[in-house]
Amino acid sequence: MPGKTVVDARGSFCPGPLMELIAALKSCQVGDELEVLSTDRGSANDIPEWVRKVGHEHLATHVEAGVWHITVRKAK
Amino acid sequence: MKILIVGGGMGGTILANNLARRLNGELKSGGARITMLSASDKHMYQPGLLYLAVGRMTPDELYRDQAGLLEPGIEFHVDPAEEFQLDHNRVKTKSGKLYDYDTLVIATGSRMYPEGIPGLAEHAETFYTEASALKMFKRLQEFQGGRVVIAVGVPHKCPMAPLEITFMLHDYFKDRGLGDKVQLHYTYPINRIHSLENVAKWAAPEFDRLGIAYETFFNIKEVDGKNQILRSEEGAEIKYDLLIAIPAHKGMEVIEKNGLGQNGWIPTDRQKLNMEGRKNVFVLGDTTNIPISKAGSTAHFEADTLGENIAAMVKMGTPVRDYDGKVFCFIEAGKDRATYAMFNYQNPPDPKAPTKAVHWFKMAYNKLYWVSARGLL
Ligand SMILES: Cc1cc2nc3c(=O)[nH]c(=O)nc-3n(C[C@H](O)[C@H](O)[C@H](O)COP(=O)(O)OP(=O)(O)OC[C@H]3O[C@@H](n4cnc5c(N)ncnc54)[C@H](O)[C@@H]3O)c2cc1C
Repeated sequence: MPGKTVVDARGSFCPGPLMELIAALKSCQVGDELEVLSTDRGSANDIPEWVRKVGHEHLATHVEAGVWHITVRKAK
Repeated sequence: MKILIVGGGMGGTILANNLARRLNGELKSGGARITMLSASDKHMYQPGLLYLAVGRMTPDELYRDQAGLLEPGIEFHVDPAEEFQLDHNRVKTKSGKLYDYDTLVIATGSRMYPEGIPGLAEHAETFYTEASALKMFKRLQEFQGGRVVIAVGVPHKCPMAPLEITFMLHDYFKDRGLGDKVQLHYTYPINRIHSLENVAKWAAPEFDRLGIAYETFFNIKEVDGKNQILRSEEGAEIKYDLLIAIPAHKGMEVIEKNGLGQNGWIPTDRQKLNMEGRKNVFVLGDTTNIPISKAGSTAHFEADTLGENIAAMVKMGTPVRDYDGKVFCFIEAGKDRATYAMFNYQNPPDPKAPTKAVHWFKMAYNKLYWVSARGLL
């Protein structure tokens, strides 16, 4: 079963959440899901764009009480 | 009140002098005491490294004796902090001494961390220390043409340095008659060429006009020195003839070792500047985790706020104002033109077209800094 890693980047501002995702991806396996929690609106746009560029999968984004939950699957 | 300041760089020095002036009476009567611990008896003007790297300053111009910059009445020791015993209100130093305090200020700065990326420390030139800036200048002098890659990691101190060094290299090579033999290629980790949106909007057309290539969403993964190739996490590769890096930074090791903050960044209240969860510990300059630029001017404006607040706490038992996130950065846009960015938590910067006048103001500030460090400007 692939694991799900939560990257808690709340309170961190652009480009912090993206940098935290990149660091977390390094220690994950292909197929793993990661959920980035971010309070930064800019990062909620940047992260899916980066994920597409690199060739991972952007699974979902939703906002809950001012926190963006961005779910990503490591694809390579 | 016993005030202990750990770090004698830009933030610590400006704060100590500011406090010594405000608390002149209390220092004489014994109502207050200011002690500073630092790791060096010298004070470096770090922005000068940018000029050292292109042969426009010499190393001796970067330094003053730290003791000579401090107001009388400040106790100064070159004795780096090793253990922060915050529950006991004391700090243990390298010499084994214990310094107790009522109010502690941590201002230990930050450092580049090229070791975090395979091959970067060995193969890239940098200019964030005296030795590396000198080495970079010697490499530049020998360089006769080819692709110069300027690769940026985040976070790093001096938000403008990557743009400035790129503009300055452009003019440096042009002056050497190598303008058409050198191609400058700039890389940045996010999807624009600077993390401040308006600065990116200003700089991109300037790069276009000067023929400087750039690549965004480029997070440095590794350097293959043998084949002179820089690789990114995104899967891109760039062949370089000369690699200049602004590596991602960390706070000081002592901060991490003491568990004060991940990667050496201390969780800090954005307005009050106290360490999260500690009322009598304040944090200043590069080592905070506040999401604004790690710049000397940030340290300076934070020190102004803290100076007022700590003095007011001595005199009336309460701080008087909040830090508003103010930062002011010059941006050198070549060898003789500059602009600036001024911003705070509420208002983003809006850089104007560069002028000679702003460049000359920056050159003057390079000297005026020593007045500023004394807390006079
Ligand atoms: C190339 C370059 C160009 C720059 N250009 C600009 C610019 O144009 N404008 C601008 O605003 N900023 C610029 N900066 C950034 C600026 O220099 C820093 O942001 C600023 O110095 C931060 O101040 P600080 O007090 O936090 O840390 P520092 O000034 O780095 O001081 C840290 C102090 O802590 C001491 N210390 C370290 N460890 C310990 C310990 N364990 N115990 C006690 N003391 C310790 C050190 O000896 C030092 O005195 C530039 C920096 C560089 C490298």
